[in-house]
Parts: sequence; structure tokens; C-alpha cells
Amino acid sequence: MPVIMDAQGLARTLRRLSHEIEERNEGFENVALVGVKRGGEVVARRLAALISGSGRGEVPCAGLDITMARDDLVSAFILPDAERNEPGFSLDNKTVVLCDDVLHTGRSAVAGIEAIFRLGRPAKIQLLVLVDRGGRELPVRADYVGKNVPTAREEYIEVRFTELGQGADSLTVIRR
Amino acid sequence: MLKHKDILGLYDLSAEEIDEILTVGMSMKKLLRQNIKKLPHLQGKSVTTLFYENSTRTRCSFELAAKYMGAHVVNIAAATSSVQKGETLVDTGKTLDAMKNDIIVIRHPMGGAPRLLAQTVRAHVVNAGDGMNEHPSQALLDMLTMRENFPTLEGLRVAILGDISHSRVAKSNLFGLTKLGAHVTMFAPRTLLPTGIDKMGAKVCRSREEAVEGADVVMGLRIQLERQHAGNFPSLGEYAKYYGVNEDVMKYAKPGALVLHPGPVNRGVELTSALIDGDTSRIEEQVLSGIAVRMAILFLLTKEEV
Amino acid sequence: MILKNADVVLGDGVKKLDIRIENGKIAELAEHIEGEGADCTGLTVFPGLIDMHVHLREPGYEKKEDIASGSAAAVKGGFTQICCMPNTNPVADNKVVISYIVHRAREVGLCKVRPIGAITQGQEGKNLAAIGAMKAAGAVALSEDGKSVVNSGLMANAMLYAADFGLKCLCHCEDASLVDGGVVHEGYYSTLTGLKGSIRAAEDIVIAREILLAESLSLPVHICHVSTYSGVQLIREAKARGVQVTAETCPHYFTLTDEVIATFDTNTKVNPPIREERDRRAIVEGLRDGTLDCIVTDHAPHHLDDKNVEYAQAAFGISGLETSFALSYTQLVKGGALTLVQLAQKMSANPAHILDLEGGAIAVGAPADLTVVDLNRAWTIDPADFASKGRNTPFAGREVYGKVIYTFVDGEIKYREADA
Repeated sequence: MPVIMDAQGLARTLRRLSHEIEERNEGFENVALVGVKRGGEVVARRLAALISGSGRGEVPCAGLDITMARDDLVSAFILPDAERNEPGFSLDNKTVVLCDDVLHTGRSAVAGIEAIFRLGRPAKIQLLVLVDRGGRELPVRADYVGKNVPTAREEYIEVRFTELGQGADSLTVIRR
Repeated sequence: MLKHKDILGLYDLSAEEIDEILTVGMSMKKLLRQNIKKLPHLQGKSVTTLFYENSTRTRCSFELAAKYMGAHVVNIAAATSSVQKGETLVDTGKTLDAMKNDIIVIRHPMGGAPRLLAQTVRAHVVNAGDGMNEHPSQALLDMLTMRENFPTLEGLRVAILGDISHSRVAKSNLFGLTKLGAHVTMFAPRTLLPTGIDKMGAKVCRSREEAVEGADVVMGLRIQLERQHAGNFPSLGEYAKYYGVNEDVMKYAKPGALVLHPGPVNRGVELTSALIDGDTSRIEEQVLSGIAVRMAILFLLTKEEV
Repeated sequence: MILKNADVVLGDGVKKLDIRIENGKIAELAEHIEGEGADCTGLTVFPGLIDMHVHLREPGYEKKEDIASGSAAAVKGGFTQICCMPNTNPVADNKVVISYIVHRAREVGLCKVRPIGAITQGQEGKNLAAIGAMKAAGAVALSEDGKSVVNSGLMANAMLYAADFGLKCLCHCEDASLVDGGVVHEGYYSTLTGLKGSIRAAEDIVIAREILLAESLSLPVHICHVSTYSGVQLIREAKARGVQVTAETCPHYFTLTDEVIATFDTNTKVNPPIREERDRRAIVEGLRDGTLDCIVTDHAPHHLDDKNVEYAQAAFGISGLETSFALSYTQLVKGGALTLVQLAQKMSANPAHILDLEGGAIAVGAPADLTVVDLNRAWTIDPADFASKGRNTPFAGREVYGKVIYTFVDGEIKYREADA
């Protein structure tokens, strides 16, 4: 079970990603962080805290429930267990950085974009992921990638965050 | 998964099917509570409400449930349909079927009419109340409301008081509640108590107090003025005095026992205003449960096709 | 023609005999008659069955049935003589309609059709119908069938006046205020289905009234289609104290119980309604002990359009002519309640006696009205095979015993089973 990132590695990666966001957007003005629940929300909140803590700016941050935007809601007749999205700030004309833990098929990212559109009309949407494990089924590309980890189909990436009561932070490749 | 093409009554449904509808209903209610009312599951499907009897409340509830799930909804009121020109139910059903309706929600003054329709059409038929037979969605919404307030319906004591003879609601509740292990007591004037109801699992009581004794839930059923004209009791006033549920009667129930009523309520007849508006009343809550449980029914009926 | 080696149901027993028919009459009955004949070994010959309570629907409701189709159904069911109720359109309350029925039935020429006239004009319960004129035109009895004469005074007058012409009133017993829109028997199953029920008293009250009128006036009266245990008891008690009351019941009342309504099958909708096991048993006992004199069909054919509707909307009635004998034989004789001789009394001799009709017995000199049956033949009731236009039966798919093979009317074969 190869560990991709431990707590320290994660902290370093987040720090780098925060700088990449700052660089690409020439600061944090007009940037908002929106994290796909629940892992992506942790990523977004950590980034916001990092940016704020280092005195670089205050970035609005929110979690995003993408259940209602899932593309398989009807085809798989999924009974949605969703929470209403209420970010607490306007997404209109913002540069929204959509955060997620792992990018795989791209379906979650598309659902995230769909869910964002239901909340407003941002000027830009950028995609940030901790790990890109490949295996895309949709034409989706991340703007910020913590680490590229090509994986096989039968593998998956187990993400643990302390905030979610899952013990110490870690990202691990698991073979099914 | 429902085993039936149609929802005609709780007499036909198994405990498992009822439980599944309630479970899905709970999820639907959680969404509705958050004001999430745009589900895609019935997109591209048609739901027709075919009402041979007026009921704004029930029709509206079904219509919203269908619309929240993305269905096309057509409402047919008997007064404006070809029914008055004498078209039979079977012919109307064939026409609705030919129009590719997926679900027909029917309210009819005659018992068994939804069954006749269901035998005729390919569409799913949902009984929204047929004569004195059944009103399954009403009973399910009552049960959903109970389930939200109690850990389980098993062993729950439910007292039903009012016009039981003419009440499809009482019967559907009786069938559903007893299947899930609840105990049902009933009380009504003898003129409004149907023959053999005791053999269907209800404990028929000889007084209000006996019926309500130890109850977790007290349900009033509407008394219609026309029953007075039919000689079933002398006056609404006398009904309220000897058969209505008031605060003194509620003292026999468990502390905090819930008050339910399928509506519309005659204030001061079936229940006193203090009970209707009191802390333990869940009468308004029942309305939201109604939409949730109807969404659950529509969801589960169409799910089998996936 | 000679029928050979038949089991012949006589008034006092069943005997293996030959029957010689000549000029429409039974010419000879003997253990062996010389000459060529039809071998009836294994077959049973009953006196031609008589159904004193049928609805032929003509004139007015030919979509449901007409005299031709009803007669065909009758002979197929083994009936040589049937009495048709007056609730046609126009109502058979005058000599014109009565004559029409008599003449049309002769044209059809299958079984003997005896019309029953209405008690009141238009069956409206107000003025007496033209009783004398109807008798002269061929009416054999009077009835308001489908309802009761509400006014007791008028009913008393009807019985008195009818007696002057030697006619009896056949009473449909139903208190409309108690029925009050009820379509089934009030009990567990009416509550279960939510279909409006009516209690036994709705029938019994009028049975009691008719008995008391007959008793007070010292006149005979006949009670139609008894369905309640309490009604049987009322009649039993009345007979015991010498009231001239006779009574009939139908196969559905001694075969079915009200659980059949649970499916909302409108073919189970009949008036009076199918009642409970307690009633069913009492009907069987009433037939056994002689309280109930006759088995009739109350043959009430309806078009599918009248039945393929909501239960409450559906027409009342069962198409019964083609199932009556087999149901009666299966339920009552095979069930041990009646002997073959008693069955012949209920389905032939007693109706003939009550209405003073010809037939009813196999005897030398009597009309050769004979019903030849294979009692051992099991068959399944299938309304698609009915000769009647009315396919409305709650017995579809039921296996029964006793198949009518030949029906002779005045010595002529009017029905022959397909395989015969």
C-alpha cells in the first residue's frame, strides 16, 4: 500500500497549490474556493486557512453538495441524500476554484461545475485536485494538480482527513 | 422495490413495501425541508390526476410531488372532462393510456374504481381515494409523520376517532399500521362504525377515554355535516360533546401524544382548537409528509422500469 | 321415438325405464318397450326443468337478451318452461306486451315461455295493472320483480284482486330505505371493500310483511329469491302455522358467500346480495327441509357494457340459465342435501304446482317435456360458450357435474349437446 502523501506531504502540496492559485490569478482578489463535499471541502477550507494565515488575503470558501447534479441520478435511479447548497456569498463574476481530493473519471468535476452554475454565473471556474489518478471519461483537465498518480482500474485512492474523523491525514493507493 | 404495478391500497401491500415507501418518503422529506424541490427522476414522464371527486388538497399534493420530480402533469377534473358526457371509466382509461401517460392518479367516489382502471391500463395507477375503500397515500403520510416522531411503529398505540364508517383513511391506516406492528383503537358512534372492523385488527372501544388510553397518537377523522342529515347523529354539537376529542380526553393518552387529522378539520367538532393548534399537533406537518410520501410513491413506481 | 335404458326420475324414485314419446306426449313408460330407439344408458331423464323466475329483456333491452337468445339459453340449460319477469321496456303491465311475449316465444319455438305480469302500472307502485286482461293474454303470475310494492294497502289489494283471477303474487322483498344505495351484503366484506352494504332486515322485513298479508287474507303468496338465514326462518315458521307461503332461492345463494366481492368483480353483484356462510347453510337447509320450494335462476343477463364499470355503477344480476342445473346438482345432490327426486321437485314439479303449469312430472299422458342429463360428466363453466347474450356469471372457471345432453319440449328435441 504505497502512501502517496502523508500529513507533511499534504501540507507542502497545499502550500504549493496556494501559490499556484495566487500566481495564476495575480493575487486572491475575486477568487473563491468551493470544495466538493466532503473531501474537497476539506481541501478548500485548508487552502483558505493557509492563505488567510499567511496574511495573503481572505478568500471566501464553501462546501458544495453535488448529489443533485450527478449525471447518474436518473439512470441509476439514485435516491438523493443531498444538502442544500448555500455558500453564503455570491459566485457571480468570481473566479471559482473548484476543489476536490481525487480526479478520476471527471464526472464529479462536471457535476461540481453543474452545481456551481445552479448557484450563479462565475467569470471563471478552475479545477484543483490533490491527486489526478487518470482514467478520464469526460474531457476534463485540472488547472492545479497536487500530484499525478497513474493508477489501474482496480485501484483506488483512499483519502483520510483529520477533520472527517478519519485519523491522520494520508492519501494511499489501495488495491481492491 | 415495489412488487405491484399500482398502488391501490395498503391491504394489498406487504409490510416490506410499506416500509420502503416510508423510508424513501423520509429521504424526500429531508430534501423538501431544505427546500430542495427539483428532482429529475420523472423527467419526460407524464402524470395525470383524474379526479371524479373534488379534493384540492390531495390533488395539489400529488401535482406538486410530480412536478418536483420533473414530470409533466395534466389535471382532469370530472366536471370538465368527458365523464359528464357519459364516457365510462374504462374508456377514459384507454384514452389516457393511448396518450402515453405513465402514471394515473385517480380519486373516485366509488370503491374499486382504481382497480377497474388498473386492470384496463398499462400506466401505473395510484389510488387517491376511492369511495369508502382506501386512501393509501393519506395513511402513508400519517405513518410517515409518526415514523418521524417515534423510533419505530412497532408497538405504537394509535387511536382513531370520528366517522370510521365512511372513512377510507381509517381503513388504510388500520391496514398499514397493523402490518407494521402498531396497535389501533377506534371509537365512533355506532352509526358510524362499520361492521366487522374489529375483525380487521382494530380494537373497537366503548368510550373516548378507553380508545385514547395510553395512546401515542390520537387521530381525529372528519365528521361531515351530511352524516347529520342522514341521521347518523343528532347534531355536530352533540357529536362534539359525546364523541369529540378535547383536552380532558387527551389526559388519558401518553404525555405528549401526537394529534393528527387528515383535514380539513371541523374546529371544535372532531378536535378542539386548543389541540389543533397545540404543541403536540402535527396536522401541518402532515401536509409536507403528504408531498414527500407521494414523491416516494411516484419514485418507487417508476423505479422498476430502470 | 323411444328413449331406452334411461334412469328416469319419477315422483317416488329413480327407475331404469324406456320412454315412448308420441304426438308430443309421453305415451308409454315401461321397463322394456319394443322397437328402435335412442340408447340412453348412463343418462338420467328429469321432468322438463321449469324456471319460474327469469328475465328475457325483450321488449326494450334486446342488447342484453331477447326471447330467442333467452330461449336458446333455457333449452341449453335443460329448461323446457320458463316464466319471464315484467320489468321490460315497456313494462309488461298490459295485455299487449304479454301477448307479444307469448307470440314471439311461439315463433322462436324452443321452450315454453310464460310471461309474468306487473302488479302495478309501470311497476310504479301506484295503480294496479290490468290484471284480468293480462291473465287472458297468457300471464301466469304477477310480480313487481326488481322492487317491492311499497304501499302495504296496495299490496293487500293486489293479492286479493289477483286471487279472483287465480294468479299469485311473486314477491321481490326489499325495503328500499334500508338498502339505501347498498350494493352488497353488509358485513366484513362490505367494510373491507368499502362497498355500501345492506343488512338482512332490508329483505326480511318485506318477507315478513308478505307473509303477514297472506296470513291475514288467507291467500297464497310466493317469496322470490330468498337469500337470508332469517328469511328462511320466517318462511319456515309461517309454513308451520299454515300460511300459504311458497318460496324460491337461486344457485348463487347456496353456492357462494360474500367473500367473492373482495375482488370487486361486478359479476358478483346481484340483488339480493350474496350473503354469508351462515346464510348459505340456511338456504341449503331450507331446501332440504322443504321450507324453500323451488330453485330458480333469476336469470338476469347483462351486456358487458353494464358490467365493465365501477362496482357501484354496475347492473345487478347473474346470467344463470346455463349453469343452474349443474350448480344445483353439484352443490345439493353431490353435496348430500337433496336426492335426485327432491332436485326434480325443486326444479320442475314445485314450480309447476305453484303456478299451475303443465309438466313437472314424467307420467303417461303428460307433455313430453324431458331433460336428459349426464350426471357423471364434469365440465368447466365458460361464459364464452353461453347461448345467452349475458355472459355475466361469477362461476366462470368453476368445475361442475351434470351436463344437459338433450332437452325435449313437447316431444321434440330442442337442444342437443354438441357431442351427442
